[in-house]
Amino acid sequence: MPQLNTEAEADRSCVAVASVNDIVTARLQGRALAERLGFSPGEATLVATAISELARNIVQYAGKGDIELRSAENGGRPGIVVVARDRGPGISDVKLAVQPGYSTSGGLGLGLPGVRRIVDDFQVVSERHRGTTITVTKWKG
Amino acid sequence: MSVPILKQSQYLIATIQSALSDEDLLALQTKLVERVGKFRSRGVIVDVTALDVLDSFASRTLRDIAHIIRLRGAETVIVGIQPEVAFAMVQLGITLEKVSTALDLEEGLAYLDKRLQHAPAEH
Repeated sequence: MPQLNTEAEADRSCVAVASVNDIVTARLQGRALAERLGFSPGEATLVATAISELARNIVQYAGKGDIELRSAENGGRPGIVVVARDRGPGISDVKLAVQPGYSTSGGLGLGLPGVRRIVDDFQVVSERHRGTTITVTKWKG
Repeated sequence: MSVPILKQSQYLIATIQSALSDEDLLALQTKLVERVGKFRSRGVIVDVTALDVLDSFASRTLRDIAHIIRLRGAETVIVGIQPEVAFAMVQLGITLEKVSTALDLEEGLAYLDKRLQHAPAEH
């Protein structure tokens, strides 16, 4: 069993996202966590931007959901894991939704493909009428 | 958090002071468009120095503001996009096409002065 000491214990928080105002709350918390973990201002901005896009997706497509933020570690390298979860309609074609330029909302089409570009790891699990969970990880450079 | 708009001779200066919600940005859009008419302003500066993130929605709203204000006969310049914000925008694939930008408020004012001086010659 891996031993947990206080240093390795994940810094974890969860922001309920139900309106556009929560987008700001989520991204500010993400930035604060990035700064605590020693991310550069540039990296912290990328984290905050990714959270902003993910949280907006929740509000736009599912109405509500939550954003979980937690710290991670890989061989001494700190990272942030962002889990955006909703119980909305789900994404009918995940492969299509992460294609550059794809958008169903008349937006800039940057949503998911844009987020995918600015993080190190990007996973989408979506089920029709059940919801979507998007997990992204950004490691400190 | 509403954005204060300052009137300075023929210009309007909107200084964003903290992270803004989507609603705040849309409120700014409405207010600016209305005031350009009310004060017969020739130029608008939106100072985003304090903005922590310019995501797809914020960028689109800024672009819309600039285009709507152009249709109302005035020029808009966005000033103060921070280096890390600019970097994130490019990585995300956001462009502010056909929107004028300047380094800071001072440069923005100089840009508007120059644009408006030469404006009649363009016709």
